[in-house]
Amino acid sequence: MAQDISSTAKGGGHGAIIPDWAGDRQVFQVPWGKGMMWIFLLSDTFIFSCFLTAYMTVRMSATDPWPNASEVFALTIFGQHLPLILIAIMTFVLITSSGTMAMAVNFAYRKDKRKTAIMLLLTIVLGASFVGMQAFEWTKLIEEGVRPWGNPMGAAQFGASFFMITGFHGLHVSAGVIYLAVIARKVLKGDYDRSGRYQNVEIAGLYWHFVDLVWVFIFAFFYLW
Amino acid sequence: MAEVGQQHPIGIYLKIWVLLFILSGFSYMVDILHLEGLLRWSLILLFMFLKAGLIVAVFMHMMWERLALVYTILLPPLCLLVLVGLMAVEADYTFLTREVFFFAGD
Repeated sequence: MAQDISSTAKGGGHGAIIPDWAGDRQVFQVPWGKGMMWIFLLSDTFIFSCFLTAYMTVRMSATDPWPNASEVFALTIFGQHLPLILIAIMTFVLITSSGTMAMAVNFAYRKDKRKTAIMLLLTIVLGASFVGMQAFEWTKLIEEGVRPWGNPMGAAQFGASFFMITGFHGLHVSAGVIYLAVIARKVLKGDYDRSGRYQNVEIAGLYWHFVDLVWVFIFAFFYLW
Repeated sequence: MAEVGQQHPIGIYLKIWVLLFILSGFSYMVDILHLEGLLRWSLILLFMFLKAGLIVAVFMHMMWERLALVYTILLPPLCLLVLVGLMAVEADYTFLTREVFFFAGD
């Protein structure tokens, strides 16, 4: 102890940097991959929050009336006019995919390869159909004349907010689909039987649930508000 | 440590799943029923926070993690409230100046 203090007093020199930092103390009692995924998700939280805050700012300061999302995203199905129906379906699809992902993680820890892969594939299919519906929604809005710099329904800032926020989220879902496909392949190949690292399925699950989590906020603030 | 992982009975996931479905249904009902004003906004926020909380706590296993990790991940986003507050004041000011300069001449 006394030796520590004296080396601090002298400044320790360059040689002290490594022993000072190498305290050999582990803060987070989780596999490193999981810790890093959480840190990444924390940074992603800030990115999406910046988008949503920017959206709040332009919406509050717009002098033209903000387009009514309930009507903009309405669809007529079998002669029935349904407000916001596509977004509601997308929400249910994404929640269902979160449920199948949770099942996949559960089966992975039971080392049930087949059921894990089936649940992962179901999640992938649901995620891909979510992206498909989003592409449909974008096409519809672009045909109706919505652009990042203006639209026929009201405040010009609507288009920029919509394309930026849903586009970035859709990109996350698409990346997640690819990520899950890689994990599903590794599960089927038996990679995790050999390495024992079934927590990789849980780490992928964290990412997927986060994508669902972000949608909860987008649904509330962009579509319902 | 690594061999334990997060293992919980499958029933809890199914229950949370059903709960998320119901809460999403409620959120959608807010729009269908054309609720307006303070009631609409408070209900949207209530269902949003309930859904977010369930996803983070159960699906992402936060309620079973050690507090060192929980605080590291969940406390920093609170800074965002400062950003939201500042930007709300700024947006109000921008709106005010726009009102004054765009429409003062009419």
